Amino acid sequence: MSDLSPPRGTGPLAKREARLAWGLLSPTLIAVALVVLLPLLAIFWISVKPVSLADLRAPEVVLREDLRGDAEAVGDEANIRYRLRNSSQEQPINDVSFTDTIPDGLTVGALDARCSLDGQALSCDLGDWEPGFRENLMIPVTVGQAFLDGGVDPGDSEPAIEGKASSVLTNNTFTFENFARVFDGDEFWGVLGVTMFYTVFGTIGALLFGLFAALLLNKEFRGQGILRGLYLFPYVAPVIAVAFAWILLFDPFSGSANALLVQMGVTSSAINFFGERPLALIMVTVFEIWRYFPLSFLFILARMQSIDTDMYEAADMDGASPFQQFWSLSVPQLLGILSVLFLLRFIWTFNKFDDIFLLTGGNAGTRTLTVNVYEQAFAVSNIGAGAAVAVVIFGCLLLFSLFFFKFISQEEGL
Amino acid sequence: MSSLRYGYITGPVLGALWMVVLSTTVSVAMSFATGDAFRPSILLSLVWGALGGGLIVAMGRNMMIQAVIAVAVIATVMIGFGPMVTGDNAGMFSSIFGAAVLGGTFAVSLAVILTDITPGELTRHEFEAAVIRFLTGFGYIFFTAIVLIPFYVMVMTSLKNQAELIQNPLDFSIDLSKGWDLFRSYDELFRQFNFGTYLLNSFIISVLTVFITLLFAIPGAYAVARLRFRGRAAFSRSILLIYMVPMIVLALPIYIAFSMTGLRNSLGGIIMIYPVTTIPVALYMLQGYFRGLPAEVEEAGLMDGLSRLKVIWKITLPLSLPALASVSLYVFMIAWNEFLLAFMLLDDPTKFTLTRGIASLNSSEIPRQHLMAGSVIATVPIMALFLGLEKFMTKGLTAGSVKG
Repeated sequence: MSDLSPPRGTGPLAKREARLAWGLLSPTLIAVALVVLLPLLAIFWISVKPVSLADLRAPEVVLREDLRGDAEAVGDEANIRYRLRNSSQEQPINDVSFTDTIPDGLTVGALDARCSLDGQALSCDLGDWEPGFRENLMIPVTVGQAFLDGGVDPGDSEPAIEGKASSVLTNNTFTFENFARVFDGDEFWGVLGVTMFYTVFGTIGALLFGLFAALLLNKEFRGQGILRGLYLFPYVAPVIAVAFAWILLFDPFSGSANALLVQMGVTSSAINFFGERPLALIMVTVFEIWRYFPLSFLFILARMQSIDTDMYEAADMDGASPFQQFWSLSVPQLLGILSVLFLLRFIWTFNKFDDIFLLTGGNAGTRTLTVNVYEQAFAVSNIGAGAAVAVVIFGCLLLFSLFFFKFISQEEGL
Repeated sequence: MSSLRYGYITGPVLGALWMVVLSTTVSVAMSFATGDAFRPSILLSLVWGALGGGLIVAMGRNMMIQAVIAVAVIATVMIGFGPMVTGDNAGMFSSIFGAAVLGGTFAVSLAVILTDITPGELTRHEFEAAVIRFLTGFGYIFFTAIVLIPFYVMVMTSLKNQAELIQNPLDFSIDLSKGWDLFRSYDELFRQFNFGTYLLNSFIISVLTVFITLLFAIPGAYAVARLRFRGRAAFSRSILLIYMVPMIVLALPIYIAFSMTGLRNSLGGIIMIYPVTTIPVALYMLQGYFRGLPAEVEEAGLMDGLSRLKVIWKITLPLSLPALASVSLYVFMIAWNEFLLAFMLLDDPTKFTLTRGIASLNSSEIPRQHLMAGSVIATVPIMALFLGLEKFMTKGLTAGSVKG
């Protein structure tokens, strides 16, 4: 009796398809794992390590070799001098040893107790070194004819050095000082407050301006294409170029904006737009709105153009005024794209680094969390603290994206 | 609101506001163009604007009235009692020109705004239509101004020397008699500051990034869009998740890893990193497009004995050329404009990209003129490319969601 129930599980065809899919995806997966997931894990690791910028260079044995004394005739006494040094002032190096080849024709005299000679091969075992340790090791030699003929300098043979330095990145020292530092005092709440102001107002502003611009261009007229292209300029231009243009425009001494305001009688003295609290924060937010309204504008315009015009005609017939049409027809239709844009832009504004970094460098009360990562890691040279801030950012983002996915599943997948 | 809905109130109110908008616009434009002192007088603008609005509503919109209004505006400006005040140092010609522009545009555009506005009570429809026409006019002026001014300042500053600018920051007029000497900054950047190399570096990196990104993203996007496998839904979501990770968080470990492996300061290192930042975006945009392609064509190909890979190569890709163009353009833009990684990873002036090169110009020893010239050099190619292919860009950006 043959089994008549439908086949269960995945058939060979489906399996082959899945295999192909994973095969096609694997390059991307590997690349993303290497450049995104690995660094993310590294951030968590570094955030509990006392790492400073200087620790990135592992301590190493610095060795210089030269021949001291006369070595011009057979029988001359000379010394091969090895100048040895621990490059790090903070880290010890353990089990330091090196081997070198003594040139032919040099006869080694009384040997240092830590060294041994096998033929012409010299090897020295120098034990453990303190941080900042330095020593001159002398190997007395007698010159023979072969040395004078050979013309080989002792320095010509590269000594092989060994030593175990424990890098702070890989050892077992852990600390929570980084996090303590990040959360310490009022600074953190200040930074968080600035970040939230920048994110919330930057996002809402860009959306509203984008909506306004989209309303303007949502009709056919000559030159519409040109204007649409023009309004995208702020988004397309390199951030560094427009940021510097803004700095120049709002410069307190030679900026045109100040000159214009003074001329119009709005202000009597020049305003330092990017240097004063709280004006600097407002200015970087305005810059964010200026730079990203084109993106919202583009999405909203695309959505508007897909709305059926019949509806508006019907509303017109029924006597709805333009504003009523906007509120009761357009806004409900646009709500989906607006909320998706809000969520996406919220997260990306939260992540924004370049703009503020270029405009103010995080000074004058504009230090957001992302700028703080850079500030801690490179300005204060405390990589660990920078990583700790990054972990905090990542935590916030996880929170946002939980919310985001809960919400976006109801919207059409943008 | 309803009390506003009478022609003899709506007309003057909109006229007054419109005059403020126009006199401010013309003043700013004339100041930027000539460096002379033009400024709007808000109070007089309100008064004259209201009169103009009232006149148009009362007398109807005909050529005569418009001409009268234009001439009146020009005359009041010239005797110093108009909506726009010109400083003593302003030249005769620029004063007349400014006044004429203001009078002409005001008379013509106000008549358009006040179409259908009659002295008596207005319907809600007529009233709101007029307000919308006013807001539309304001919007065009506003957006065009905020977009153009920074770029105008950028270009003009690159052509003027520092001393001239400090003397009068508003004077952007350029002395054409200087001829090629105007472009001295550009010349110096290319000759002394290696900008030719940077331009080439940026170009090579961007093009390579586009190719590598497509190489990874096309198969990935196809798999997500067409093939059934477990975890497909989770996968297409996690693509979105990946580009929510901020670059600065990744840049720190990448900096450490590159420092330790000696990849820092090499263009090879940059080319390894850039595509990975763009692959998720490209994959997301492409899979959206692939989903929209008819599956039947591909199935026909499969029936006729093509393998999946052949189907992708011979059917899917030719059909999705427009999407490939927009994704390429977008990825090119990201790579060309990228600043953070280039700034952190490149220290050697012979290996800079354009953005990194501009950052190195930001020092007190180098004139601002050079900084702006560098900015123009970085901006012009991407703008030209973008304006030429604007259609693709617009479509591509909205086809899939996009990172900014």
